[in-house]
Amino acid sequence: MNFILRRLGFYLVAAWASLTLNFFLPRFMPGDPATALFARMQGRIQAEQIQTMREAYGVSDDPLWQQYGAYLVNIFRGDFGVSISYFPTAVFDVVRSGFVWTIVLVGVSLVLSVLIGNILGVMGAWKRNGFVDSVLPPLLMFVGSFPFFFLASVALFFLSFEWGWFPLRHAYTDGLAPAWSWEFIRSVLYHLVLPAATSIVVAIGGWMLGMRNTMISTLAEDYVTMAEAKGLSQRRVMFNYAARNALLPNLTAFGMALGFVISGNLLVEIVFAYPGLGYQLLTAVNNLDYPLMQGLFLMITFAVLAANLVVDLLYVRLDPRVRAG
Amino acid sequence: MATPSSRLRESEHNYPAEPLLRVRDLHVHYLTPRGPVRAVDGVSFDISRGEVLGLAGESGCGKSTVAQALLRILQPPAVITGGEVHFGDRDILEMSDDELARFRWKDVSMVFQSAMNALNPVITVGEQIEDVIIAHGAMGKLEARQRAADLLDIVGIERNRLDAYPHQLSGGMRQRAVIAIALALNPPLMIMDEPTTALDVVVQKEIMSQIDELKRQLGFSILFITHDLSLLVEISTRIAIMYAGQIVELASARDIFERPLHPYTQGLMSSFPSLTGQTEALTGIPGAPPNLLQPPSGCRFHPRCQHCKPIFTKIVPPLVEVERDHWVACHLYTDVGVRA
Repeated sequence: MNFILRRLGFYLVAAWASLTLNFFLPRFMPGDPATALFARMQGRIQAEQIQTMREAYGVSDDPLWQQYGAYLVNIFRGDFGVSISYFPTAVFDVVRSGFVWTIVLVGVSLVLSVLIGNILGVMGAWKRNGFVDSVLPPLLMFVGSFPFFFLASVALFFLSFEWGWFPLRHAYTDGLAPAWSWEFIRSVLYHLVLPAATSIVVAIGGWMLGMRNTMISTLAEDYVTMAEAKGLSQRRVMFNYAARNALLPNLTAFGMALGFVISGNLLVEIVFAYPGLGYQLLTAVNNLDYPLMQGLFLMITFAVLAANLVVDLLYVRLDPRVRAG
Repeated sequence: MATPSSRLRESEHNYPAEPLLRVRDLHVHYLTPRGPVRAVDGVSFDISRGEVLGLAGESGCGKSTVAQALLRILQPPAVITGGEVHFGDRDILEMSDDELARFRWKDVSMVFQSAMNALNPVITVGEQIEDVIIAHGAMGKLEARQRAADLLDIVGIERNRLDAYPHQLSGGMRQRAVIAIALALNPPLMIMDEPTTALDVVVQKEIMSQIDELKRQLGFSILFITHDLSLLVEISTRIAIMYAGQIVELASARDIFERPLHPYTQGLMSSFPSLTGQTEALTGIPGAPPNLLQPPSGCRFHPRCQHCKPIFTKIVPPLVEVERDHWVACHLYTDVGVRA
């Protein structure tokens, strides 16, 4: 309990720090978005227009601390300003729709790749030099070493464009209204297969190797030998004694990898034109949509923090030795 | 396991009881890239009901390998390459996987060397006792929990520690918990592989008297493995001395301590100080244990032996009974030695 409270405190501080950085970093840069735009337009827009844009971007000449206070208040109200590229939709609403799709895509591909990778790793270590152990790691590492956009493009070209097995883009069939209907869900799943499958295929090798290696050292532990001497079933020895312990260091690795997973998803979303946070970030950068960029960065940071909190709580659940401290 | 017919035979003809465990010519090799390491090379011994057989020798002489071979829990690259291990009328080395799973712990359980590593750190002590009871179909979940609490009681741990995790117990308590697990199915034979090595002397003494007490109450046999001969004084019936993968002397505990015949046993005896007798300089054994990749020819102890004669390096001394129930593998007691 104590441990959980301390972790919560830590994440609160981390969240505040990211909010603050998110506020100050752009303001420490010379110039502001509106002036940058003005420079690019080479005098083709009027001074009044610049003033309006400055207001739209939320740039003001108030003292910094006052702006900071207003910023914090706005954030708590869920007010991130108005998106330029999706004008006049509020940034909050844009990010929210993107967030849902990223969570769907990242969630499915991450859970499946970690699950399958770890199970393969356990099996590989259990039957050392067996089929799973000798064929899969080199194969998966080979596939995983391709640049992701290349692999995704090849998959998209053949499976979708040439053979038409899968849709070319987007998260669901255009023109379909989002609803909890079977038709809509089926369309979402159908659109999900290719982007999720490519990222799973790429990620799975790393998880498998990690689990296989810790599993091999765990199998040499006395408690595994003793479990076998006890005449327990293979399943119980393999999962409750060996894998259960081998999982712990991998969980830490998983928590650390989470930070890269959401940003790494950017490429998937761009290749498959999947309307998630990554795709939005690309749009925002292309259109110099600063409010949206800020909102997205904040969202990604929060998502990573939340995911790490979940991993921490999971760790407490899985390792009794942590609870005591 | 006394079958009805064997019990009949005993009562009718008054034959001596069959040994509980009969090991014959056991060979275990570690397959290394540089060739097989003959860790156990032709070991034979019996354990009778209620008997405590001490198995002693230097580190690396193969005594733990023998223990693990008896339960067939050797990890690769160790392979049992020959011999027979009979438990009752069944050969353990011939058992199928299913038979083996049922045999393990039910008939022979094992107390592991280091309690620190023998307990699964992420499962409660109670569950580690319960799972073996449930796996062998002895009881249901509730009964098993009751039995687990009783077992903790027996080894002197409070019943409410059932839900404790191993890291919450002291070293001595962990070793007791491991003993409780070994007792779970009330097996006729327990293998104890250096059960007190990792503990300090006081706790060591407590655990040893606990084992002695339990043995008297429950009547199981023990194969007690240690490198510390002094531990065997009180507990064992007979003692086998192992050197370089072979048994070099096997006799009653009394004979081993009072009249050790093999030069190696004599060396071991002079390697630890006597508490009661006169202060003497410890002599020990010169040299180091041999490399089992290429064991010395003839008598394996010859490079370290003061009594060595040239012929001893060519001929392997067999384990022979030189006095009643006193077996030695040494040329000093064979025809070869007499002629030399």
